[in-house]
Amino acid sequence: MTDREQIINAIAANQPAFSPLPATHFTAEDQEDLASQFADTLTAIGSVVFVVDNLADIHQHIKSNTSADHRVISTIGMVEYNEDIGTNISPHSLQNVEIAVLKAHFGVAENGAVWLTEELMGNRVLPFICQHLMIALPIKDIVANMHKAYERIGNDSYGFGAFIAGPSKTADIEQSLVMGAHGPKTMTIFLMRS
Amino acid sequence: MSTETKDHAALADDFNKDEDRVDWHDETLWWIRQKRDKAVNKLPDWELLRDTASAIKDNVLSNLSVYLQEFEAKAQNNGIIIHWAANAEMHNKIVLDLLKAKGIRQMVKSKSMLTEECHLNEYLENNNIEVIDSDLGERIVQLAKEPPSHIVLPCIHKKKEEIGELFHLHLGTDKGNSDPQYLTETARQHLRNIFITRRASLTGVNFAIAQTGEFVVCTNEGNADMGAHLADIHIASMGVEKIIPERKHLGVFLRLLTRSATGQPITTYSSHYSKPRDSKEIHVIIVDNGRSKQLGRADFRNSLKCIRCGACMNTCPVYRRSGGHSYHNAISGPIGAILAPNLDMEKFADLPFASTLCGSCSNVCPVKIDIHQQLYKWRQVIVQNGYAPAAKKAAMKLMSITLSSPFLYHTSGKAGRMVLRFAPFAVNNRFNPWFKQRDMPAPPDQSFGEWYAKNR
Ligand code: SF4
Repeated sequence: MTDREQIINAIAANQPAFSPLPATHFTAEDQEDLASQFADTLTAIGSVVFVVDNLADIHQHIKSNTSADHRVISTIGMVEYNEDIGTNISPHSLQNVEIAVLKAHFGVAENGAVWLTEELMGNRVLPFICQHLMIALPIKDIVANMHKAYERIGNDSYGFGAFIAGPSKTADIEQSLVMGAHGPKTMTIFLMRS
Repeated sequence: MSTETKDHAALADDFNKDEDRVDWHDETLWWIRQKRDKAVNKLPDWELLRDTASAIKDNVLSNLSVYLQEFEAKAQNNGIIIHWAANAEMHNKIVLDLLKAKGIRQMVKSKSMLTEECHLNEYLENNNIEVIDSDLGERIVQLAKEPPSHIVLPCIHKKKEEIGELFHLHLGTDKGNSDPQYLTETARQHLRNIFITRRASLTGVNFAIAQTGEFVVCTNEGNADMGAHLADIHIASMGVEKIIPERKHLGVFLRLLTRSATGQPITTYSSHYSKPRDSKEIHVIIVDNGRSKQLGRADFRNSLKCIRCGACMNTCPVYRRSGGHSYHNAISGPIGAILAPNLDMEKFADLPFASTLCGSCSNVCPVKIDIHQQLYKWRQVIVQNGYAPAAKKAAMKLMSITLSSPFLYHTSGKAGRMVLRFAPFAVNNRFNPWFKQRDMPAPPDQSFGEWYAKNR
């Protein structure tokens, strides 16, 4: 008998009588001011939030906050930072990226997470390997909680997707919180009015 | 560290020699428990979430054989390669064979309690494969040649000065510098170099979705992703119980997991792996290692609902004051004490006794495992099977003699009170395990028997 058969048989023999799945209805959270709840949570988890009018404002912000020797990669239509970083490049070549500017599908007010799938990352490793991560998100794309988040994801198909909530962090040394464990040291979210 | 021959009580004794450290350990974990409370109290639906999570896990356990096959089929459709391992040896062998086939001698690994349970690192090192743990806490205990002492906070028992010394020895940091920011930055540089150069990466699995064949890995550091997205081959090891039926159920579990663990609303990264990158490989190893047996034990199967949040450890008065290593098992604390005897009842006979049965663990558990009741039930099973720990056996024998003889009961009561009054140190000695590290109460002037004889 293979390990597979052995395991499946043993489990089938030992599993208890069928127990149905429960309903998953939860209190609808306050839909009123999702943007300010989202912004408050982001600040609490160590992110920086800017409210801007549009993409052009973000371009301006990045230009005035980076120096020429920084490698910046953007997938939000800034010609000077457009690089082909798709599957034909080695992810290792992204190790010197200082700033990555990406779009997210939506944000989650209760925990400050944003949802990105592979297409929005350009390359899977980019949002993890860059030193600073910046996300552009229309204000209208904020959902209340994780139940709403998965409703929104629905049956979408993706190779890889991630909720990202704030900069990479650790508190493994005597519970002192340090930002920038292995991934980005900062995370900035631009909330766009349009 | 040799923990092989000592039981929980003896190991807890070692830990208790340094009283300041015990207090610090106790307070740190209680602080984390309080952070959990704050986060939990913000969610009006908290109890509903726990009930729902528990019911979803009931459904999972009742239909696990079907869900596993569904997960396998969907994952295979997505291009993931599935392996099955009946036990730890098989799991380790699969990992080794995968690495050997690619001529890989070095692997980077993110947190996986399952690989601790299987002693994978040791096995691979014996086969000339170097493994580097990338979670900062795990890297620290790895450098110290110790196992993790907590499933979420692997080096919670270590002071920053000790970590500074380890880093000075192994990573060349300045002697005497134990600033967490400085040490973390050093580890970041050191591990970046590892991530960039390793062709194989192993991660754990927090949730595997039957409906879609994807699996989710949660970290705060981003180490699982740095490893997986830079490697040619990503191996993910999961216990059979990691299955959840549908993607939408992640909404329930991700809301519970980190709030219970550290009081954060969610981990920094909740990564959903569905398909491998072009021309790269993802392998999932589905491991039983005693879990199907536990599933067949009606009294204990609920332990398989565990989502490894660590809340039961942070709240446990025994864990907080005895430290994770005193449980001499990969998974420590209350949940470890109900999982371990299933694997080896004799070796872990002491663990279900390492509890006050106060029930705090069951109260915080996000999937509502009846942890303290299972601890109590394990005690019966262990005694019935003749595996009671030696000290307990002697104490129980004495008690049954005393209780069956009214004469002895009276005299031992009187003698006991005399001793307490005139020689308080005599009872607080190594022959009386109950009073270790405890202050003696003032003795009553009369025993209940004497009082009753006078007052009836
Ligand atoms: S038993 Fe419950 S509280 Fe303990 S680690 Fe598992 S899920 Fe968390």
